[in-house]
Amino acid sequence: MAVVAAEASPFTRSLVRSLEASGYFRVVAQPASEAAAESLMAQGEVQFVLHLPAGFSRSLARGERPVVLVEADASDPAATGNALASLQALNLSALDRDLAGPLAHLRASAPAFELRVHRRYNPEGITAYNIVPGLMGVVLTMTMVMMTALAMTRERERGTMENLLATPVRPFEVMAGKIVPYILIGYVQVVVILVAAKLLFRVPMVGSLALLSAILVLFIAANLAVGFTFSTLARNQLQAMQMTFFFFLPSMLLSGFMFPFRGMPGWAQVVGEFLPLTHFLRIVRGILLKGNGWTDIAFEVAALAAFLLAAGAVALTRYRETLD
Amino acid sequence: MEPAALAIDVEGLTKRFDDKVVVDRFGLQVPRGQIYGFLGPNGSGKTTTIRMLCGLLTPDGGSGTCLGFDILRESASIKRQVGYMTQRFSLYEDLSIAENLEFVGRVYGMADRRRRVDAALGQLGLEKRRGQLAGTLSGGWKQRLALAACLLHDPKLLLLDEPTAGVDPGARREFWEHLHELAHGGMTVLVSKHYMDEAERCHALAYIAYGKLLASGTAQEVVAGANLSTWAIEGEGLAAAAAQLRAAPGADMVVPFGARIHVSGTDAAALAASVARATAPPGLKATPIEPGLEDVFIHLMRSAPEPVSAARQAPG
Ligand SMILES: Nc1ncnc2c1ncn2[C@@H]1O[C@H](COP(=O)(O)OP(=O)(O)O)[C@@H](O)[C@H]1O
Ligand SMILES: [Mg+2]
Repeated sequence: MAVVAAEASPFTRSLVRSLEASGYFRVVAQPASEAAAESLMAQGEVQFVLHLPAGFSRSLARGERPVVLVEADASDPAATGNALASLQALNLSALDRDLAGPLAHLRASAPAFELRVHRRYNPEGITAYNIVPGLMGVVLTMTMVMMTALAMTRERERGTMENLLATPVRPFEVMAGKIVPYILIGYVQVVVILVAAKLLFRVPMVGSLALLSAILVLFIAANLAVGFTFSTLARNQLQAMQMTFFFFLPSMLLSGFMFPFRGMPGWAQVVGEFLPLTHFLRIVRGILLKGNGWTDIAFEVAALAAFLLAAGAVALTRYRETLD
Repeated sequence: MEPAALAIDVEGLTKRFDDKVVVDRFGLQVPRGQIYGFLGPNGSGKTTTIRMLCGLLTPDGGSGTCLGFDILRESASIKRQVGYMTQRFSLYEDLSIAENLEFVGRVYGMADRRRRVDAALGQLGLEKRRGQLAGTLSGGWKQRLALAACLLHDPKLLLLDEPTAGVDPGARREFWEHLHELAHGGMTVLVSKHYMDEAERCHALAYIAYGKLLASGTAQEVVAGANLSTWAIEGEGLAAAAAQLRAAPGADMVVPFGARIHVSGTDAAALAASVARATAPPGLKATPIEPGLEDVFIHLMRSAPEPVSAARQAPG
């Protein structure tokens, strides 16, 4: 949560403290301006922004019921739903202790201030908006890793690998030859999912599809490199299958697809940060739902690129030009 | 570059798989333009040796050259000029005949790929079946296709690993004629097999058992080097005579050959005495014969665990 406080008083401080006490909120930033708060939310750094208006204490004391605005990133309704529900209860009791003496009369009656919630990006809280774009990443992870892992082990099982190795092809050529066709297949899957998202689920597509497709190359290639690495480790297609699932399950569970990322225990978030799907989910949701531009997702893209480089390097060093 | 006179020249090649020595200090010299037979029982290390020659396996010891290129450091150059036909069919069964050849052509980056593929199909007599899936071919046709694929880039050295296993005799004869044509054109051919019947079709032979080279040279040299004397015995009561000979001194091995038995040993005098005793009963006839390659190889293999120094001779 970010707090944009136009005023610092005992009232605002205890309001923030009681929010934190609910367990759903933690203040991670105090941006100086509304614009800075906006970009924090667009980048997914914060899920909530609390706006405390200027003259909050004064109008509170006058019984004017000042408006406190909470903006919530509702692109994942499951992640924000419970927190927003807890706000209502909070509203009633947050300032009870501070409203002592002459202000005590404000305690008893209706809430002393008005809490307004803005659900951003997905105002109706439709879960499909969050799941369908995420599904794209999950389907790509599953199919891309499995297809390359199987393609290479099949060469070895059928004995055609020996023939391939006896020719002058370089490891990089083999890897590129195996990966490029699957990138195209990956794109076909993406188009199918996007069309379904648009026509069947009416998922909003706010951002640039061109940007999304550029990043898709990176994501697909990263998964293919993982599959290629598995295929250099697996002795047969069954093992390649098992390795695929060994990678796929944590990807699905810890990337923020199944459970809201912020709600996961710390160790799970650390593991999640090392999975390409985690970063891709943030990117695809950011672009489609929030209209993220290049600068908003630069960090996630860099994380994907780093993963691709690492996985590609492992795959190429693991690839043997001999049968040893 | 001056072409080396030897197409294959290796020394002390050794390969271990999990501490099991599969090829043990293997040395071989193969002159250019020869068809060299590489014989040995199953599991003796032939495939492993061939893989080391073309850079598919890294030797644990030893050194040497293939077509003048170092087998340890220049395997990329070796791969360009060597055609390797694997023991198991290793083209793509789910590609058609023509597609398989096209693929090989592309992998070698051939400029005139179309022409070469068409020529190869023509030579095979497969123009009409070019669209047929390779997996649906019979054993003999698979072998021809595999040979055509590894000849496509005009290699200078052919390494054939048991190419005639599972191929009918007619196709096999054609195959050997083809090999001789190629050798006549200057190509060197190393062909492995685990049975003897085609050994005479090669210019020279090498025999390997349990990973050790036991003999090499022309057929005559190998036979002479074994220093073996052999008797053929035929007639009534052969079984009893064979049983007696198996326990007799000098008779190192007793092998049935149809209606006869061949008895061989390295100690000619002791063998002659034992044979005379065993054939004393009437109806049995013993004749001294020139040992054949098969006798020599069986003898070599039986005495393999202790390397036979008499049979080890300068490679020819
Ligand atoms: N990759 C490998 N790992 C372990 N052992 C192997 C491997 N390849 C071959 N061998 C063993 O090496 C021995 C020689 O095999 P091979 O060279 O295929 O013999 P051949 O071709 O003469 O039949 C066999 O005992 C085989 O089991
Ligand atoms: Mg073999």
